[in-house]
Amino acid sequence: MKKDKILLGHGSGGKLSHDLIEEVFFKHFSKEKILFPTDSSILNVENGKLAFTTDSFVVDPIFFPGGNIGKLAICGTVNDLAVAGARPMWLSAGFIIEEGFMLSDLEIIVKTMASEAEKSGVSIVTGDTKVVGKGFCDKIFINTSGIGFLPEKNVHISKGEKIEKGDLILINGNIAEHGMAVLKAREISRFEGNILSDCTALNKMIWKILGECEIKFMRDATRGGLATVISELVQDRNFGIELWEEEIPVTDEVRGFCELLGYDPMYVANEGKIVMVVSAKDAEKAAEMMRETEEGKNAAIIGKINDQHKGMAVLKTAIGGRRVIDMLSGEQLPRIC
Amino acid sequence: MKFIDEYRDKKLIDRLVTEINTISTKQIRLMEVCGGHTMAIQRFGIPSLLPHNVRLISGPGCPVCVTSRKYIDHLIALCRIDEVILTTYGDLIRVPGSSSTLELERSRGKDVRIVYSILDALQLARENPQKKVIFAGIGFETTTPPTAAGVLTAKNENLRNFFVLSAHKVMPPAMEALIDEGIQIDGYIAPGHVSTITGSGIYEPLTRKFGVGCVISGFEPADLLESILMLVRQIEYQQPAVEIQYKRAVRPEGNLVAKAMIEKVFEPCDDWWRGLGILPASGLKLKDEYADFDADKIFNIEIEPTRDDKGCICGEVLKGIKSPKECKLFGKACTPSDPAGACMVSSEGACHAYYRYNRL
Repeated sequence: MKKDKILLGHGSGGKLSHDLIEEVFFKHFSKEKILFPTDSSILNVENGKLAFTTDSFVVDPIFFPGGNIGKLAICGTVNDLAVAGARPMWLSAGFIIEEGFMLSDLEIIVKTMASEAEKSGVSIVTGDTKVVGKGFCDKIFINTSGIGFLPEKNVHISKGEKIEKGDLILINGNIAEHGMAVLKAREISRFEGNILSDCTALNKMIWKILGECEIKFMRDATRGGLATVISELVQDRNFGIELWEEEIPVTDEVRGFCELLGYDPMYVANEGKIVMVVSAKDAEKAAEMMRETEEGKNAAIIGKINDQHKGMAVLKTAIGGRRVIDMLSGEQLPRIC
Repeated sequence: MKFIDEYRDKKLIDRLVTEINTISTKQIRLMEVCGGHTMAIQRFGIPSLLPHNVRLISGPGCPVCVTSRKYIDHLIALCRIDEVILTTYGDLIRVPGSSSTLELERSRGKDVRIVYSILDALQLARENPQKKVIFAGIGFETTTPPTAAGVLTAKNENLRNFFVLSAHKVMPPAMEALIDEGIQIDGYIAPGHVSTITGSGIYEPLTRKFGVGCVISGFEPADLLESILMLVRQIEYQQPAVEIQYKRAVRPEGNLVAKAMIEKVFEPCDDWWRGLGILPASGLKLKDEYADFDADKIFNIEIEPTRDDKGCICGEVLKGIKSPKECKLFGKACTPSDPAGACMVSSEGACHAYYRYNRL
């Protein structure tokens, strides 16, 4: 009998598990790349450094405008590697699935993961599935870990060791889209208007710019939004940051929803936005290179590094006022990724 | 974006700022008594645009902040009753009680739920007839009408498992008390949302009695600056008055339907305000007619003795005597993620707003 729902037995390690791996996971995560269904995958490593990261995804709802939990699980981990200056290579994928979950939904998610992995040039080389009883997890949770090659010359980027006065700060497009898309899908779907999550892998765009511009720092502005990345970056540092509110790209639609619901777009999550600090001489070029790509078409230079108010980030508001940018405290919105 | 950008127009803002600078000569202190204003003022960096002689101070405008610790302790005691579902607006959940918070109680398995509207609480009561659903009714005249509507709905539907613990308050007694205490306040930026319900009349006695002007303001930068300009004019020309800047939302008579609803369900009572103590007729309690829905009367429980926080100067901050930055806990032992006082918990609290936006 053809099964249409996940059963506890799918996580037993027995026949059903085997079938699930064959019929869903291997079908989409191409087999030769997974090598063998063994306990460990064997990877060939070049000389040099590796970057290694992990992330778990529990977004609610699992399907949202602009993506689903599977797309998020690939893009999130790929981006975490890419912003460290690494070239993402291999991913693992671990699934925790609730009994009764629709197999057809699982297949959509797995398919998305396969196509996102392909697009961003990474291979899913190992995985795991567990099934828990109904009510013990919410539909499906995914964990992905990733390994990437980190060229020696990029090692300084994740800590921003070379940041200096005069460097400019870039973002590759409109902020706050993921958080508002998920919130809208979850809480206020009856409102008109369509906000798509910006969830996307950024490694190809980043890699290109890395080759031609002097990048001093990168971070993807996920939970906590742009404001949190900026205030983390400046903390305990020997420089200050000035951001220009007027230059920060936000669509009217997102701004409208933020106003309506009392959110500050600066603090709303993104899943395809990177904050990049670039030397002044290369900033315009980096912005241009971003704009040539789909994921960076609304890129903008939004601020600069200075030597005033050290350790603090200041926003020049659109009306000419000034205020501090601080980290998000608490949870603005749970389960957005 | 329409209806927003007009009020954030740089040229308009510049014009208002220039005019304030031209007219203003006196050292003045203007107080806002609405948490929404506190947030907007800090978020847009309004103080950095004003001349040095015009100081903005934050008053007791955040309902969570002025609520007594005893009320939090009362909610905590209620949520510990087995069959109770305690529903509250999100702000209250992290406010420290004497020895616990609602958040802590929730993590210990007590049924505490955040609702966005009293309608959600009513729905919970309908869906869980075997449970007792208590709604924490706090806030000023903006949140009081929905609570009144909730109680009336429960009565109409004969919903016997729905209760309200009211800590609703009215604003004018606090505004008078501050001036009575001798705090220098030269003008009030009067609350916009409260006034959509009450109208402008509630501030008239205060202006007559103390000669302090009130301008009811909107929440956009141009609104706030225009209100400040109107107050500066009143002060410079010595013509204190009640004026409405926020004309697109506030009518002099207010919202008559909402007012009637409040009057139907609530009656004034003496109430305790953090920083101000007990103020006569500053609170609202359910009328006897609605005693069946009054959690205070229905649940006979023991509330732990209130223990007050040491070192926290929330009281003085709420009165505008001290700025959050003068508190020795501010930013160290008291931050939004680990708050010592209520003013740091609520996103509308003065300490929270200062911490987020104004540590320059």
